[in-house]
Amino acid sequence: MSRLSDHAAPSRRAVLQGASVAGGGLLLGFSLPRAAKAQTASASGVFAPDAFIRIGRDDRVTLIMSQVEMGQGIHTAIPMILAEELDVPLSQVTTEEAPPNDKLYGNPIFYIQMTGGSTSVRALFMPMRKTAAAARAMLVTAAAQTWGVDAAACRTEAGAVIHDASGSRLGYGALVDAASVVPRPESPVLKDPKTFKLIGTPAKRLDTPDKVNGKAVFGIDALPDGVRFATLASCPVFGGTLGACDEKAALAVPGVRQVVKLDTLVAVVADHMWAAKLGLAALDIQWNDGPHAALSSVDLWGAIGKASEADGVTAQKIGDVDAALKGDGVITASYELPLLAHATMEPMNCTVHVTPDSCEIWVGIQVMTKAQRIAAAITGLPPEKITIHNHLIGGGFGRRLEEDGVGVAVRIAQHVDGPVKVVWTREEDIQHDMYRPVYRNVMGGRVENGKLVAWTHRVVGPAIIARYLPPAFKNGIDVDAVDGAIDLPYDIPHLRVDYVRHEMAGVPTAFWRGVGPNSTIFAAESFIDKLARQAGSDPLTFRRGLLAKNPRGLATLDLAAQKAGWGGALADRTGRGIAFQFVMGSFVATIAEVAVADDGVVTVKHITSAVDCGTIINPDTVVAQIQGGLIFGLTAASHGEITIERGRVQQSNFHDYRMLRINEVPTIAVHLVPSNEAPGGIGEPGTVAAMPAVANAIYAATGVQIQRMPIDPTLLAKKRSA
Amino acid sequence: MQTLHINGDTHQLDVPADMPLLWVLRDVLKMTGTKFGCGIAQCGACTVQLDGKPARSCMLPVGSLGDQAVTTIEAIGATPEGARIQKAWLKAEVVQCGYCQSGQIMSATALLKAVPKPADADIDAAMAGNICRCGTYIRIREAIKQAAQS
Repeated sequence: MSRLSDHAAPSRRAVLQGASVAGGGLLLGFSLPRAAKAQTASASGVFAPDAFIRIGRDDRVTLIMSQVEMGQGIHTAIPMILAEELDVPLSQVTTEEAPPNDKLYGNPIFYIQMTGGSTSVRALFMPMRKTAAAARAMLVTAAAQTWGVDAAACRTEAGAVIHDASGSRLGYGALVDAASVVPRPESPVLKDPKTFKLIGTPAKRLDTPDKVNGKAVFGIDALPDGVRFATLASCPVFGGTLGACDEKAALAVPGVRQVVKLDTLVAVVADHMWAAKLGLAALDIQWNDGPHAALSSVDLWGAIGKASEADGVTAQKIGDVDAALKGDGVITASYELPLLAHATMEPMNCTVHVTPDSCEIWVGIQVMTKAQRIAAAITGLPPEKITIHNHLIGGGFGRRLEEDGVGVAVRIAQHVDGPVKVVWTREEDIQHDMYRPVYRNVMGGRVENGKLVAWTHRVVGPAIIARYLPPAFKNGIDVDAVDGAIDLPYDIPHLRVDYVRHEMAGVPTAFWRGVGPNSTIFAAESFIDKLARQAGSDPLTFRRGLLAKNPRGLATLDLAAQKAGWGGALADRTGRGIAFQFVMGSFVATIAEVAVADDGVVTVKHITSAVDCGTIINPDTVVAQIQGGLIFGLTAASHGEITIERGRVQQSNFHDYRMLRINEVPTIAVHLVPSNEAPGGIGEPGTVAAMPAVANAIYAATGVQIQRMPIDPTLLAKKRSA
Repeated sequence: MQTLHINGDTHQLDVPADMPLLWVLRDVLKMTGTKFGCGIAQCGACTVQLDGKPARSCMLPVGSLGDQAVTTIEAIGATPEGARIQKAWLKAEVVQCGYCQSGQIMSATALLKAVPKPADADIDAAMAGNICRCGTYIRIREAIKQAAQS
């Protein structure tokens, strides 16, 4: 999704701004919107120069957070940026969830209030610095006026304005009233990055202390007065509906209060989740399976394979690829990814209280305004009557970019007197997700005299963007699906990338951590290794040859190779594999080392990643995100697959939709490249890197290339020597 | 009527004997630090301690508890091992989304009590029942080792 920003050409901006989802603001030259008028401190006791910053007379700085915390550390990174430029200790900053408001809090990259696509720091780094610098300048002016001195003779330090000549010092809290009437500077002076004291340091996260003692409150922990508990069963086939269902058996369970029957689901409302579960289990529910009752995974693979035979829409073209692909040395290959569920540790849930003139919602969601809009649409209430209490998110990974769960809970709550907490069982969560779609990549390439001269990449998959952010779906190209396929970091003289839109009827699809690049980078990096082998070249040497014009990329790759001991001796059926990528604004070079047992079982022993993500806000968070991202990707590579049979998802819980566990995790070393470039995203690149790095290591160890995830050990079993 | 001993307090509760402890904690006693993850003892998010030993509360009928003392995340910091684990967790900055961490900490604390200097194999055995979707396992291992040395 980074392409939305990277390619924010004027024409697209115009389209986005004119569209209904547009919230204003641009990434380039963007400045955070201000409150219509600065509040006067005397009325409120705070200095609130804009919609993001409030400073109280008690010196507390409150940052109104447009971005939600789901483990990625954003509730520390954005406060660090603010604290740096405002010149206050991080401990003086408190965060508060922003209310739903695209105009005030829209992500400058997506134009809606959204946390996703590894964009938060990229989108807010400069705007947050500018808004904090403006506030600091206003405080300095206020102090200078109070003292009757030149503002230029004043400086700031640790939440105070200081005039050295007179030895005067005033804390920001004491300047709240005076600063509130100072005009806001249009172009505040930013700090020289060389003087940063906080940005670039491993600051302790602000959200973690309450996460080790049970005090942190996630959406599922919301307990409004009088709340009842509900759980649900949806039609097991997507697109099917509820048939007959006699509620008596559920109502006979002690603690069950009510059965709510909607077009596609049944919910049981009770005094606690246990009674709700028992009540639901007691029901004999008849479903009308609908048009997708015969769908199977075999059908899905067959359909996308067929779709990939047609030419797609050209997404990028360099040179004359048709001419360059003629002659000896042409090779082709295809690479595929399966359906995946998100399986956030916090199961889907949403608490709702609907009254005739209000709707109050307690949830953890990545898209506040989408949640508000769906609740307004269902209840018929105006948006301002929809109150949303956003919470810490117990894992997002793209699942909570969708507001479907809020919609379900609101529809159930319309039938309940008082607040109701709707909690999906794990089975319901996995079987009624919106899935990472099946993708197929068809690659072609030609090596001549050991050099890569031509490259084609066809991306085949649904256009999630067309559903999710329609104005960004232009010219038939899903900018997310082709992200990682276009604008390669490699220098290839003749290249064509095309996109075949292939929707999957019967399976709802959505973004999943790593998004489009999960498929495109797996394909491209696997194919690079195949071409290197064709060229008789070492995978590192082959890539280095393609990166001569890309010094940042080359330096990152070289660092990984050096740290991983590339070229060192390895045991039989052990191999190292490289994945190199430039996605979400960050260069990541990853080297995995695997051992493949004679029966084909793969053990990932060690992973080395080198990362150049531009300016680093919190290096410890960057390391943590790469570690966690890699493990998320390893889970997908090792175990991840949702299959469909008779229209139904076959997996149901963690016994058959497996997650990597602590005993399966390799050692991981992450090396950061110091940089003053613009910050890149870091929440997803690790996930993207894992699959190709491991696949290439397997290729090196066995000579067998994995072309469809997850890894199938039966393809890797040692052949009996003839 | 069920009698439960939780974090040093005794509760008399009118709940069914087959009701799992998880839902009694969360929905009846409103102690939400213990988390629901899977409902079938596959993920460990609901881990509590019974007389200091880890147990998955999602499949633990309250009628089976007898006189055993239940300890939850809300009180684990009052035990010496719990305090050391929590401190090590923050020092190593283990936590990401945090949803599974109550269970991780309950399992790790029980491990440290049973095996004061755990080796990697002990950590694997004690912690493999706790899934972390954010992938904080590397730091969980580091933090347990740090806590063992503190």
